[in-house]
Amino acid sequence: MVTTTDTRRLLWEAAAAVTDPELPMLTLADLGILREVTVEEDGTAAVWITPTYSGCPAMAEMRVDVDRAVRAAGFDRVEVRTALSPAWTSDWITDEGRRKLTEHGISPPGGAPKRQAGPVPLTLMPTRTVPRCPLCGAADTEELSRFGATSCKSLHRCRSCLEPFEHVKEI
Amino acid sequence: MSGENIFTGLTEEHDGDARWAFGTGFTEALAGVDTTLPAGVDGADLAVYCQMLGDDALVQSQRLVQWVTDAPELEEEVALANIALDLLGQARLLLARAGQADGTGRDEDAFAYHRDPAQFRNVRLTEAPRGDFAHAVATLLVLSSWRLALFTRLADSADPVVAAIAAKGVNELAYHREYAVAWTLRLGDGTPYSHERMAAAIADVWPLTGELLATHPLEAALAAQGVAVDPASVRDEVHDVLTRVLTAATLPAPEAFPRPVVAGRDGEHSEHLAPLLEELQSVAREHPEATW
Repeated sequence: MVTTTDTRRLLWEAAAAVTDPELPMLTLADLGILREVTVEEDGTAAVWITPTYSGCPAMAEMRVDVDRAVRAAGFDRVEVRTALSPAWTSDWITDEGRRKLTEHGISPPGGAPKRQAGPVPLTLMPTRTVPRCPLCGAADTEELSRFGATSCKSLHRCRSCLEPFEHVKEI
Repeated sequence: MSGENIFTGLTEEHDGDARWAFGTGFTEALAGVDTTLPAGVDGADLAVYCQMLGDDALVQSQRLVQWVTDAPELEEEVALANIALDLLGQARLLLARAGQADGTGRDEDAFAYHRDPAQFRNVRLTEAPRGDFAHAVATLLVLSSWRLALFTRLADSADPVVAAIAAKGVNELAYHREYAVAWTLRLGDGTPYSHERMAAAIADVWPLTGELLATHPLEAALAAQGVAVDPASVRDEVHDVLTRVLTAATLPAPEAFPRPVVAGRDGEHSEHLAPLLEELQSVAREHPEATW
């Protein structure tokens, strides 16, 4: 007998396995953007995902991919919905996600910058952790560019092995 | 909506404008978000407020995009394009909220592509001509400091959708400001020539800053309901931030902000907005049935 719990798990697993088009080593679950799934009374499979950056152009592609994956798992009525709150930060990337990033030569983010709760932010330039080189492991690296090929990445270079590498920004 | 690839709409045979469509029906920025209005809030007013904040982002985004293929270094081009993309994302969410709030169901494209200059509510600093790189840095420094102060407070807005959009925007805007601060320091405290150019850029931008702190009657009414933030309330904080940055950059400390005058918020714009919108809107207006 297929129970509601089983159906929900099936739905979660189908959606969670979808990968990011720009970081194909990461699933939506690794990225921390899959927020909730529900099978509604009329049988609609509802999936909530949250954008990483407001303007992330990969969102549209991810929605299509989730829709396709969930249909392939046997759900006929699918709705991919947006969850805006709480806002995504790089802290939502799972340990598994961080491991996969490093494995693929991309440095994972450190802790997201803590902002003061009050309206007056006194620190204009929060000290950011200097990322380790994901290729040789050296700590001596430099930032080349604060922005990179996608919204979520910056560009760095290792002073030890001299290789350039991408880093997922702390936000 | 079909489960096909997003580019299917471009490659399949279609009649007329539909061939330009991505055709997924997936593009609504607020798909599935609860659209209920907070009790007692006038939907039409909230819609106009969302256009004010959304138009600031949309117009500045379009202006920043003019640096693409034309920035002094590839890294700076990528940076300005990324900042423009974040702002475009904020604009999409806010304009989508506007269409829900006023009950017309207009989508973000209807607001972006099918309004005329006098219907835009952005402050005039966002439409100011591009100028040199120091000018772009000065504009970004002022606008990101101001918008960050507004959005930090808007994260507690009585409208949960505006609150969520603002809370998300705060992280992005803080990163934009960091970028602008880093360049202000580098240029201001660099060579005598870069110092001169950066000081000139700040002086050039300054006359337009008064408008940022001007309270439109609609902002005042919505602020009283806890939905909006009265821009006058961030004046001291923004001035303090700019004073510290400019002083650290060895630039002259800023004067007081000019007298606050409502202009762009009422659709009164400079001559620079119309050509910018013409460029933004030309394709959509030529193919009015197309979706993106």
